Amino acid sequence: MVRVNGQELNIAGKTVAEYLATTNYDIRRIAVERNGDIVPKAKYEETLLHDGDSIEVVSFVGGG
Amino acid sequence: MIPTKEEWICALEARHGKELQKELSAATVAVCGLGGLGSNIAVLLARIGIGKLILVDFDRVDISNLHRQQYKANQIGKYKTEALAENLLEIAPYIRLEAHTECITHENAVTLLQNADIICEAFDSAESKAMLTNIVLDELPSKYLVAASGMAGIGSANSIKSRKITNRFYIAGDGVSEVSGDLGLVASRVAICAAHQAHTVLRILAKQFEV
Repeated sequence: MVRVNGQELNIAGKTVAEYLATTNYDIRRIAVERNGDIVPKAKYEETLLHDGDSIEVVSFVGGG
Repeated sequence: MIPTKEEWICALEARHGKELQKELSAATVAVCGLGGLGSNIAVLLARIGIGKLILVDFDRVDISNLHRQQYKANQIGKYKTEALAENLLEIAPYIRLEAHTECITHENAVTLLQNADIICEAFDSAESKAMLTNIVLDELPSKYLVAASGMAGIGSANSIKSRKITNRFYIAGDGVSEVSGDLGLVASRVAICAAHQAHTVLRILAKQFEV
């Protein structure tokens, strides 16, 4: 299981890009943290999610 | 009569303590975007006695900014970098300012921000916020980033919070209140979010890393 924004999901074995493709996140508006570090956008396709990983998808909204 | 630099530092030390003020005076903080968030963050950091601010914005002061941003009616039409620099120097005459009137892009971000200890993301658009966040955390890994997301509308002041995402990445806001047709930005709620960001900067410099 992978913890995503506090929720346990059965996505171990997928890449970050594969997981994001199953969601409604707008890729231009997000940053992805995995186990305490930011995953560079260029590495979404090669970063595998492992059992026990914790990720947070920060999705920005406009205004400032 | 403007006080001398010695009187200025002395007054800050009396309120913040000598040790903390030394850290604040030695710090360089970049403020990216000088709108409702950035202009308020910069004013707070100037008052706190941050040694140097790097100010970045390409835009000019417009009448539509005055309801929430730290500019004056007689500054309409000026570049925000120039107008804010004037205002900051009136507040804190010994602060050092480096102003860049340009748009932050993937190409220039590292050059513009490499001398900052802490970077405040204070943009308007969600895409720009995400772009800067990814660039700073990926390409400037020794910096701290203090970002903001979700402060539009007149929702509760208490829903604006600071969160720590990684050891280098903090974010303030309610996370969801986006600017839309009927949900604008109001001075008070934007200033609360800006104050969260400025306070996180202060706490990082005081080595208080938890939110």
